[in-house]
Amino acid sequence: MERRVRFNEDHCKSCELCVSVCPKKIIKIRTGLNRLGYHPAYVPDEDQEKCISCALCARMCPDAVIEVWRP
Amino acid sequence: MIPVYTRPKSLTDVVSHYCPGCTHGIAHRLVAETIDELGIQGRTVGVASVGCSVFAYNYFDVDFQQAAHGRAPAVATGIKRVRPDAIVFTYQGDGDLASIGMAEIVHAAARGENITVIFINNAIYGMTGGQMAPTTLVGQKTTTSPFGRDPRNQGYPVKISELLATVKGAYYVARFSLHDPANIQRAKQGIKKAFQYQMEGKGFSLVELLSTCSTNWGMTPLNALKWLEENMVPEYPLGEFKTGEVS
Repeated sequence: MERRVRFNEDHCKSCELCVSVCPKKIIKIRTGLNRLGYHPAYVPDEDQEKCISCALCARMCPDAVIEVWRP
Repeated sequence: MIPVYTRPKSLTDVVSHYCPGCTHGIAHRLVAETIDELGIQGRTVGVASVGCSVFAYNYFDVDFQQAAHGRAPAVATGIKRVRPDAIVFTYQGDGDLASIGMAEIVHAAARGENITVIFINNAIYGMTGGQMAPTTLVGQKTTTSPFGRDPRNQGYPVKISELLATVKGAYYVARFSLHDPANIQRAKQGIKKAFQYQMEGKGFSLVELLSTCSTNWGMTPLNALKWLEENMVPEYPLGEFKTGEVS
């Protein structure tokens, strides 16, 4: 499966701004930590199909963590 | 799959030191996107200020010079005059530009220097621990105005964009906010215009970006964006204050 939203989780600081702007509400926060010590944001594989590739999350992300693709 | 949004090439692949949710990161991204789109990465020279944004030279993949506190427009003037083909921009916060650097920015604008200034206004001194800045709102609590800024003691906020729009040498002066995706897109267009005007040799351009400092405001990143929208945007109206005239 090809992912529409790809998070560079090692750069994520868990500010959750992406979560707030996602119109489909599919961005979740991991319970585990990344190497910076934050809980990174991600989109579960089963929700990748629900993504409409609007890229609002990527345009909001202060750390350029998110890349968005469309089919 | 077709790319909709990918990380700008003019950003280096390092983790910034900015706090989680800091809109400095968004401003960096917008400048980097603009440099990518205009294809000027090879001839762009940035000038970093003092403040949180002092480390901007680590984050932009372009030539950079660090300036003394507030003196970024003076340094940029020198670079631009020696290398007229270079695209020169400064990246300054409000503690740097509106306080100690007030003289430099006003005179750079008055001389009509052909440079672009990115001005981050978050109404507080971020790096030094949340002291009152010239741009702090009336009534806003900071570590040096614990009961809120009182105009009888500390005067009123300085509105840089309105001030510089009265200067004849300035070609483009605009203020945008970074509190939601729509406003971020407008800010991006403004930044792009500012760089394009410089490439066309029109003269001095300044883009003011209303930003958050969730750490020193004592809020979550999301609440900080709401506070910005509800408190700063009414005090600092958005829009383009000046385009054109100088010749």
